[in-house]
Amino acid sequence: MRSVLKSLALVALVATVPVLAGPPQAFAQHKVTDAAGRQVEVRDTSRVVSIGGAVTEILFALGLGDRVVGVDQTSTYPAEARSRPNVGYSRTLAPEGVLSADPSLILAIEGAGPPSTLDVLKQASVPVVLVPDGHTPESVVRKIEIIAEAMGVSEKGRALADAVRADFATLAQGVAQLKGKPRAVFVLSASGGAPVVGGAGTSADAMFHLAGVTNAMAGISGFKPAVDEVALTADPDAVVVMTDGGQKLTADVIFSLPAFKGTPAARDDRLVALPGSYLLGFGPRAPQAARDLALALHPGESLPPLPSRPWAGSGQ
Amino acid sequence: MSLALPGIAGRTRPPAGLGLLVLALLALAAFAAALCLGPVSIAPDRLWAVLRDAITGTAAPSGYGIRERVVVLDVRLPRAVLGALAGAATAVSGAILQGVFRNPLADPGLVGVSPGAALAAVAFIVLAGDLGLMLPGALRPLSLSVAAFAGGLVTTLLIGRLALREGYISVATLLFAGLALGALASAGTGLLVFLSTEQQSREFLFWTLGSLGGATWAKAALAAPFVLALLVVMPVIARGLDALALGEAEAFHLGIRVERLKRIAILAVAGGVGAAVAACGVIGFVGLVVPHLVRLTLGPSHKVLLPASALLGAAVLLLADVAARMLAAPAELPLGVVTALIGAPFFLWLLMRRRGALG
Repeated sequence: MRSVLKSLALVALVATVPVLAGPPQAFAQHKVTDAAGRQVEVRDTSRVVSIGGAVTEILFALGLGDRVVGVDQTSTYPAEARSRPNVGYSRTLAPEGVLSADPSLILAIEGAGPPSTLDVLKQASVPVVLVPDGHTPESVVRKIEIIAEAMGVSEKGRALADAVRADFATLAQGVAQLKGKPRAVFVLSASGGAPVVGGAGTSADAMFHLAGVTNAMAGISGFKPAVDEVALTADPDAVVVMTDGGQKLTADVIFSLPAFKGTPAARDDRLVALPGSYLLGFGPRAPQAARDLALALHPGESLPPLPSRPWAGSGQ
Repeated sequence: MSLALPGIAGRTRPPAGLGLLVLALLALAAFAAALCLGPVSIAPDRLWAVLRDAITGTAAPSGYGIRERVVVLDVRLPRAVLGALAGAATAVSGAILQGVFRNPLADPGLVGVSPGAALAAVAFIVLAGDLGLMLPGALRPLSLSVAAFAGGLVTTLLIGRLALREGYISVATLLFAGLALGALASAGTGLLVFLSTEQQSREFLFWTLGSLGGATWAKAALAAPFVLALLVVMPVIARGLDALALGEAEAFHLGIRVERLKRIAILAVAGGVGAAVAACGVIGFVGLVVPHLVRLTLGPSHKVLLPASALLGAAVLLLADVAARMLAAPAELPLGVVTALIGAPFFLWLLMRRRGALG
């Protein structure tokens, strides 16, 4: 009887410890080195403004979505993120807009701006942590690690990073077994004149690489208009577009362009459309996006499934 | 009427007929260059074989590959035709507007065609992603062009309506209404760019810098009737524009129906430039400067100025497009950047040589 009471008391004691400690590490005090190489002191992680689709996805994947009090326009996943106040577009932020969400911490993807806004925010008493951007599996892991560190949940961060790393590894093994290496073109927009394509060094190019696809426009660097006769003679087997771009790029529109008329892609009517944040975001869903792309571009072949992940939903 | 050209004693103007012939040859050479040159190299004899077979309707390729046939007939030829139409329309419109406004700085932006078209284009890109899907399949690739054309035309008609009073179009009011509505349209464009995502604003930026990329036969066919109407109008209004240079009252006493002249001129310009802008975006410089180049060399008579501007405008745009696709290949330079980069220094050089000739 006494031993039962003793163990009950022990259980009660253990259960109260987290309650006494309050929300996990919300008021931790620690330093983190950000993408700009600055030592940022974080004191309060209870109210976060998240700038950048990948940053927001990682915060939600870490189970910290309830701490997000403001997001930018590119934060469209998960659906709950869209219910948060929108502080503007990540490259044209206004200092007051960001501060109006009353954040205790600002997590912004590297490249957010303009620089003048970031300067003002860095002067303000709210710490700003710049999350390094990048288009490789390692850079996705790095994003997760630095966000977890800033939020004081390094342990959870390690778990998420390991899972994403494992997904990338499974993907890479599968992709290595694929037979062909189809040629594809990523088209960002094609409304006015020449199609604006994703050349070398772009997120689209990196995604092609992960999916075992040759970028037929690797001769161009960055997102630029391609001369249509060059696109034509690049012989793409497929054209990849975003579902949420400016003008809706349907097969009708793409394959009536002189740049793609008569290419193998047009002949086989092979147009792959995926949401931009999913395809090019390079957040924790990047392995799933690359797998979808690889399957769409290697018809008739299969890839090992990735484990079901709570942060990788329907791909919207 | 004839402009004295101080500081060039001993220099005489070439006769108009010879000037027009030279310009026609230049335009023809530019058209040929547009067909021959590009990042994909095609030997002249093969190019010729493709064209010959296309003209005679021979389906079986002789001595060339299907690839060469596609590049010549589906990519370069429609692009060259569209470039010639757009260049001619823009330059002639500039010449006509400079005549109507009696202002050397007049260009199609002044009567609202370009700002109106730009507003419609950015509205289409930012707000109407799905709108294009409501069009029938064949028109879908043209939806942005159609929107831009409508935007340019509506703005110009509105400006014309604002300037109309008791059946009389006041050129001064037209100018101010054009400036005001143009500013309003630009503000709307700015607001939409502000609301747009990076991708949308990039799309719009490339549109405003102009491009003949993506030219199809459908686009050329859409632009052709409006440009041809503009060219047909040229001889009808040439004498009237010459008389207008003396002043509206003077022109009236010379027997010119001034009101009719202004209406025809503005409508023709709205249609022609609207079609050009719709097909290849806003291309600066050509409309403003080509007429001045012609005036500096062939004199101000509209009977020569208008057709000469058409020929030179076509030649300039075609050569600029060849440069646009060759210089940065496989990427394509924006056409408006090339026209200004090549054209403006040349114009300055000519201006310095003939200082004062513009009055």
